[in-house]
Amino acid sequence: MRWEAFAYDTAHLIGATVLMMGFGLLYQRRMAAVIRTYAMQAMALSAAAAWQAHIQDAPHLYVTAAIALFFKGIAVPAALQWLVRKLGIHRTVETALGIGPTMVAGVGLVALSIVLVLPVTENAGALTRESLALAMSVVLLGLLMMITRRNAVTQVVGFMALENGLLLGAVGAKGMPLVVEISVAFSVLVAMTLFGIFFFRIRERFDSLDLAYLETYRGDRS
Amino acid sequence: MIASADLFQDPLPWVLGLPLVSAPVLALLPRWRWGTWGNVIISALTLLASIGLFFRRPEAGPLLFIDDFNIYLVVLTCFVGFTTSVFSAAYIARESKASRLKPLQLRFYHAMYQAFLFTMLLALSANNIGVLWVAVEGATLTTVLMVSLYRTREAIEAAWKYFILCSVGIGLALFGTLLIYLAAQPVMHDGMSAMAWSRMITQAKNFQPELMSLGFVFLLVGYGTKTGLAPMHAWLPDAHAEGPTPISAVLSGLLLNVALYALLRFKMLISANGHALSPGPLLVGLGMLSLFVAAFMLYRRGDIKRLFAYSSIEHMGLMTFAFGVGGPLANFAGLLHMTMHSLVKSAIFFCVGMIAQSAGTKRIADIRGLTASRPLLGWSLVVGVLAIAGLPPMGVFMSEFLVISSTFARSPLLALPVMLGLIVAFAALITKLQGMAFGPPSPLPGLEGGKAPSRATRAAGYVPIFAHLSLALLAGIMLPAPLVSWFQAVAKLLG
Repeated sequence: MRWEAFAYDTAHLIGATVLMMGFGLLYQRRMAAVIRTYAMQAMALSAAAAWQAHIQDAPHLYVTAAIALFFKGIAVPAALQWLVRKLGIHRTVETALGIGPTMVAGVGLVALSIVLVLPVTENAGALTRESLALAMSVVLLGLLMMITRRNAVTQVVGFMALENGLLLGAVGAKGMPLVVEISVAFSVLVAMTLFGIFFFRIRERFDSLDLAYLETYRGDRS
Repeated sequence: MIASADLFQDPLPWVLGLPLVSAPVLALLPRWRWGTWGNVIISALTLLASIGLFFRRPEAGPLLFIDDFNIYLVVLTCFVGFTTSVFSAAYIARESKASRLKPLQLRFYHAMYQAFLFTMLLALSANNIGVLWVAVEGATLTTVLMVSLYRTREAIEAAWKYFILCSVGIGLALFGTLLIYLAAQPVMHDGMSAMAWSRMITQAKNFQPELMSLGFVFLLVGYGTKTGLAPMHAWLPDAHAEGPTPISAVLSGLLLNVALYALLRFKMLISANGHALSPGPLLVGLGMLSLFVAAFMLYRRGDIKRLFAYSSIEHMGLMTFAFGVGGPLANFAGLLHMTMHSLVKSAIFFCVGMIAQSAGTKRIADIRGLTASRPLLGWSLVVGVLAIAGLPPMGVFMSEFLVISSTFARSPLLALPVMLGLIVAFAALITKLQGMAFGPPSPLPGLEGGKAPSRATRAAGYVPIFAHLSLALLAGIMLPAPLVSWFQAVAKLLG
């Protein structure tokens, strides 16, 4: 019984760390710090996956943990830092909504996901309930970041934070088939290469990665 | 020996395998002309294999299955995939003569075309809801690459917008899938078969209704983005307008259907549960909103491809509406409309592609008097637009009529706004068509200079248009009895 309580508390703690990093992403003002925070979130996710692999006795989750650690925690941030340097992107984060209001909105979203998830999962195990609420919070925070940041790199980081939330939910769901995790990790990989191409093309055509430049063209206002 | 015999017994591996294997091969072919031929041949073989599904239907496995519902969408996808590959041969020949596309881009284009077909066919035949998600995600990735093919400023913006919006949509759909799995888990237990749709539907009564409801909302927003439902439709007009025209045709005619199909699979699970929220009103609301938004937007369009992209939003809205109303008749109408819209809209995009190439512009204001300057093309466009606007005797009239009459039977108050929306869209399309088709012709700079296209190129451009329009006409005049009973069976399945 005590072991179960410990297993539960630890899973809860790691999940909360992922969520904390989600908030961290919202208040960083420097590009390098955003990328580092993302890396830390990915590493926390990796720990969450490894812990779930241990307590669920599901060795395939170690694969997910390894992918999260090496690919999302190390390779992707390194690539992003390189891109920022290479393309000479603004080192400060440009916001469409101030940091303060964003944080308030973030807290509201976490409250929303708790209010939504906890009542509907009364029959599920406590572990599933809490991790689902945490996962949904991380997803919504990622979405918030995508909306409130104007620069393409920060938007991409927001999207990847959203994917971290999805993975957190997937590893917390007991016995979910492996296909999904691997495919998600794989699609992130594909998406990343795609982003790379995109960055270069945008770089070719525009002098800034700021999406506001793109918005000069809004369809056919002829 | 047995294995090879089995392979011939079951056409499904061929349907999926042919496009999958040919994609890298087409990328490696040194000459782009071989690529266009290879593309046509592979698509034709895939179509043949898919017809084989009617005769030998494989048994449901944990990953893939074929039932009454998806078999007709698989065949429709293969058919439109094949005709589009024929049209694409003509389109590509002209584009490369105008040297707007380099050989390397063309190789990439053909590989992506087959990869795109593969992901759509995989999504349609997936039994596992996880595989379904992966396939829809793959379809997004391949189409993003194709939309950005021209690498102009507009194409890159369109692709970026498409990618960001649909990735978020897809992410939310995954969360919805996860919630559905959690709702099912106490009954279905763990492992691969826990996510098999064919098993889930038999057990759906015992799933947790609250989790299913929450999951369905995420799925509706997620796959709804991909279906192009308002207010998540912002990506659709840009992606249609800036990509190569054959891609606009398959995006509109096929990919939107695939996303709607995914949504319907989950709607069936929710309906089978009985205690979860009823999906009908949500679908009706979103469908109606899309219909109206798109119908009014049609008036302000100045770009010919955007015009028909908005028309696609309108029709996807109408289908969603029909499936939301539910019941055998409205579902029947929705299924018929799905088919008719695929055929007619892709035919229109074929016309639009040739018009844009010969007029050298996509601005509606600069395109005039096509029936005088290019009679065959002009009249094809007239027939296509009249068909999509819902004039008899084409099949779209039939399906729209059925949607409205079945809605009248169930809830008359809903039918009135739908009729209003359809009339608004009808008037917009006819106004735009009049300027383009009649009056004194505008010059066609795209045709000047260089040789006229060869007969084969001309035929490859026109035959797909005629094939699609005559099928739509046939369906409007006399729907074959086996097809009717087929649709009826599926409509009952949809609940």
